[in-house]
Amino acid sequence: MNPTAAPARADRRPIFLLLVAPAVAMVLALFVYPVIYSIVSAFTNRAGQLGLDNFAKTFALYGGDIVFTLVIVLVSTALIGSLAAAIGGYLVLGRHPGAVAALKWLYRWPLFVPFIVAAQCMRTFLAKNGMFNNTLDTLGIVDIGTLSGLLDWRGIIVTFVWKETPFVALLVAGAMAALDRSGIEAARNLGAGGIRILCGIIVPQVAGVFTVGLVLAFVTMLSVLSVPLMISGGSPTMITVDMAFRVNSYGDYGVANALGLVSYLIAAGAGWAYIRRNLTGEAAR
Amino acid sequence: MSGFAGRLWRGAVLGLLAYVIFAPIANLALWAVAIQWYFPYKLPLTYGFRYWYDVFKPTSDALASLGTSIVIAVITVVVCLLLAVPAGYALGKQRLPWRGAVLLILLLPQAFPSVAVYLNIARLFYMVGLNGTIAGVVLVHAVHGLVIAVWIAAAAFAAVDTELELAARNMGASAARTVFTVTLPLAAPGLIAASIFVFLESLDEFTGTYFVGVPEITTLPLMMYNASLNGNYQIAAITALILLVPSILFMLLIERFLNTEMLAKIG
Repeated sequence: MNPTAAPARADRRPIFLLLVAPAVAMVLALFVYPVIYSIVSAFTNRAGQLGLDNFAKTFALYGGDIVFTLVIVLVSTALIGSLAAAIGGYLVLGRHPGAVAALKWLYRWPLFVPFIVAAQCMRTFLAKNGMFNNTLDTLGIVDIGTLSGLLDWRGIIVTFVWKETPFVALLVAGAMAALDRSGIEAARNLGAGGIRILCGIIVPQVAGVFTVGLVLAFVTMLSVLSVPLMISGGSPTMITVDMAFRVNSYGDYGVANALGLVSYLIAAGAGWAYIRRNLTGEAAR
Repeated sequence: MSGFAGRLWRGAVLGLLAYVIFAPIANLALWAVAIQWYFPYKLPLTYGFRYWYDVFKPTSDALASLGTSIVIAVITVVVCLLLAVPAGYALGKQRLPWRGAVLLILLLPQAFPSVAVYLNIARLFYMVGLNGTIAGVVLVHAVHGLVIAVWIAAAAFAAVDTELELAARNMGASAARTVFTVTLPLAAPGLIAASIFVFLESLDEFTGTYFVGVPEITTLPLMMYNASLNGNYQIAAITALILLVPSILFMLLIERFLNTEMLAKIG
């Protein structure tokens, strides 16, 4: 029997569906059902009829926050992508073993730090009197009296990038390390510089893994409640905070779910980018 | 670039990176041992472990919430394993019809932004009396951890050599006996890894507990959040460190298991 051969249809064993049934039932009951429930709720107005009332209210009240959320998540994703490419690139191309080893040791530290802990770190680090401003002041770069804290959109982006870059960099560096080195060496022999090799040869070859990592980071950042709550809960803020506020302060599930639907659609946009990338990748093979 | 200038340049970039990565954690650690620290002082005025005593004294809220967190995390691991081991075995070892559809459903909790889902779970749980209970929080954590658990379990089962199972069958072992004496023990390291991961995910979980558990259930992350918003930076820093230590240990531990080539196969 060849275990790698594709199983014939007749070989498939429906009895084993019983083994996956409990896990699938759990996800259907506690995830798929609430998702459907939230979508129905988003289209149901206070009188209990179907309509778009919640969306009108959502865009009037939180249109700015939706844009704010999109900008924060997109800027963070772009920064994470650039940093991950730079880290992965140096790990593959770096010619100084000491520096490569140091970078490899350094970059992973925030990997499993919980978001809530990262947020608390940054809440003190980036505050007006935090270590970041104190460092700038001590180094004589700026006077602390003239500085304000970074606890606004900038703080949210810094926290996201700090927390998510190691994850994407780990994925990307792994894919880069598995690449065939001959193309890289050929380019190097022809005189191409490190940045040119990275952007022109390495990144295109790991684009699939890169997209997966960035899409996962994107959806994660879109779902995080603790970071915007702790770094910048005032206006403008991210829509996760608005959802919690609508529910906790007004019991307004309609608008909260309309915002939820907006977040699904933004995530779906990212997912679509991933699927399109995979389809074109398949076609090219 | 070579020579002194190159070395200086590399040193500066790595130094900056080290600052960016460690300074926020250092700031947190300083708060954990600060007794008095206010503007415009750059470092604490007095140091000490008085707040550690407040956190770890037997009657403290922090210790109670740490207990709650650990109870919830342990039950979550058990629930996840009960669901993920059979599912991982079927997905990793058996020829399953509708395999793609099953995987897709199990991946959904990772693909959707979760806040909107949690607030509706809270609403549904409220109707059936699960809101504010340990069971409710465990269910929310388990759905979240299930994806990773099934994924790691399936990989662990798939890695078990089929020849060994066939050898056991040839020597007369029943199918069930083969599973329990050959397949499961060989897959155990992967299942343990999955358990640790689910445990940590549950320990660190904030959003689901925020909607489903509050105010009756206070886990350590929620306790930390409340302390921070109330301006108790020392208490917040100490509880954050308690959450940080297992995460860092896990990162250092799995460095050996987590070969990056394996991760590269994702996608």
